[in-house]
Amino acid sequence: MDFTTVIGLEVHAQLLTKSKIFCSCSTTFGASPNSHTCPVCLGMPGVLPVLNKTVVEFAMKMALATNCNINKFSSFARKNYFYPDLPKAYQISQYSEPLAEHGYMDIELDGKMKRIGITRIHIEEDAGKLLHDDHNPFSYVDLNRTGVPLIEIVSEPDMHSAEEAAAYLRALHEILVYLEICDGTMEEGSFRCDANVSIMPVGSQEFGTRAELKNMNSFRNVQRAIEYEVKRQSYLIENGGRVIQETRLWDANAGVSNSMRGKEEAHDYRYFPDPDLLPVIVNDDWIARMRESLPELPAAKRARFIADYEIPAYDAGVLTADKRLSFYYEEVVRLSGKPKQASNWVMGEVLRLLNEDKKDISACAVSPAGLAMLLELIEKGTISGKMAKDVIVEMYVAGAMPDEIIATKGLSQISDESAIIATITDIIAKNPEQLEQFRAGKDKLFGFFVGQAMKATGGKANPALLNDLLKKMLAAN
Amino acid sequence: MKIGKAEVAHIANLSRLEFGDAEMELFTSQLNDILLYMEKLSAVDTASVMPATTQEMARHNAFREDVVAPSLSSEEALRNAPDATGDCIRVPKVVE
Repeated sequence: MDFTTVIGLEVHAQLLTKSKIFCSCSTTFGASPNSHTCPVCLGMPGVLPVLNKTVVEFAMKMALATNCNINKFSSFARKNYFYPDLPKAYQISQYSEPLAEHGYMDIELDGKMKRIGITRIHIEEDAGKLLHDDHNPFSYVDLNRTGVPLIEIVSEPDMHSAEEAAAYLRALHEILVYLEICDGTMEEGSFRCDANVSIMPVGSQEFGTRAELKNMNSFRNVQRAIEYEVKRQSYLIENGGRVIQETRLWDANAGVSNSMRGKEEAHDYRYFPDPDLLPVIVNDDWIARMRESLPELPAAKRARFIADYEIPAYDAGVLTADKRLSFYYEEVVRLSGKPKQASNWVMGEVLRLLNEDKKDISACAVSPAGLAMLLELIEKGTISGKMAKDVIVEMYVAGAMPDEIIATKGLSQISDESAIIATITDIIAKNPEQLEQFRAGKDKLFGFFVGQAMKATGGKANPALLNDLLKKMLAAN
Repeated sequence: MKIGKAEVAHIANLSRLEFGDAEMELFTSQLNDILLYMEKLSAVDTASVMPATTQEMARHNAFREDVVAPSLSSEEALRNAPDATGDCIRVPKVVE
């Protein structure tokens, strides 16, 4: 039987505020356990939460960047459940009146555009962290994360393959990082994804029963977990079984998911309005200010790079994947006026050097001004492209400008015609046998003469000039 | 009856609480008393009244600025915990 896969994603993104959502504790990751807590986030009796304004503004930015309608009126609700990572025994979230709804994202997959609907974006608080003891019957609770602000972005069930889900996820991630409202680190849990997956016979209008997948901490694992789930459900149905609605935990090491049966699943959240918090009312003026504060988003930047700099779509994709890299590239272009060469060098040598060191562009010792100068020196013929590849390595290591390196290493290219002629004359004199064979038609000996000339000049002869002169002189004598 | 024993048992289960038969009887009866008392509120016509959480529209957008203030020390934070080791609260293991 052929099936259509139906996927909806719920993404939780931690917001990059300095303080928590309802109290003034720090949100810094990695502090010693339970050192960023106070009576509010510990859920002590008698305390009152007060909403962090920046949380609302960050959430509004994401809502606008994903084409959502921002609700003029939104409110908070309590989601009740009992778990040791939640000291109040309820999570403050938004339920019937979320901040934003009805948005969409356009994703590109295999050169085709597809629109994925966004159901809603709401604000909520994160829970604490549990550490489990492998050898003793205990779990340990760290409440530093309790009250760290989150936005939850819920998609429509518009994705039909694991690849589409991964593409949507990457697009969301890219925007969050561009907006500088989330650091996007999946390993540290600041960007988390749950997937609702079901299958139905091709042509069917009615969705199958869905399973909810959790615990996928990388883009690759999201894709693997969905692929596994589609296979599992197809196998069940084809063998006369049926899919039950359940939550499944992905086990990346085993490459399988396991049902989370029992109490963990007995959810009955009994949402009700949180009487401690006043509603949020957003006016047009505030929305307009947020809209003005949005940076150029990745899709728009890609289109502009392709149009203005005439670079291929693939290159534009690489150069805009990281906002800082796109700034770096544009600075090189601005200083050098050479968008194509700049793209080649940034994508080639700069990214290669950074990848080898597992560093990102913010740690790059080759400054945009240095790279722009290097492009200029190549164009002027001071150094060859090949020599420039050595120079950029020196620039990367020493953080120096290319002219300094060329001067100290004596690297500058020989473009003086008379000097090259002298070298060639000498080589021809020393290799009469090869010259005779070349003139007799053994063309590939041309390479031999190039090699000898390069050797004699320490690789500094201007290659184009050397070629021209060699051709003339080998033929002429 | 506003609430039956089955629902009390369900909420107890969600709350990770275990009760004996006598306690179930007692709590079901007490919860019924409370809910029936609260039901007196239903007699009031509230059609024209805003929900308690929204109040009049003048009361909204109570914000704080995004500024960090000192937290409790971990010793203070753990002082009320029934069980703690090192910097963490210790609880019975919650996943198998």
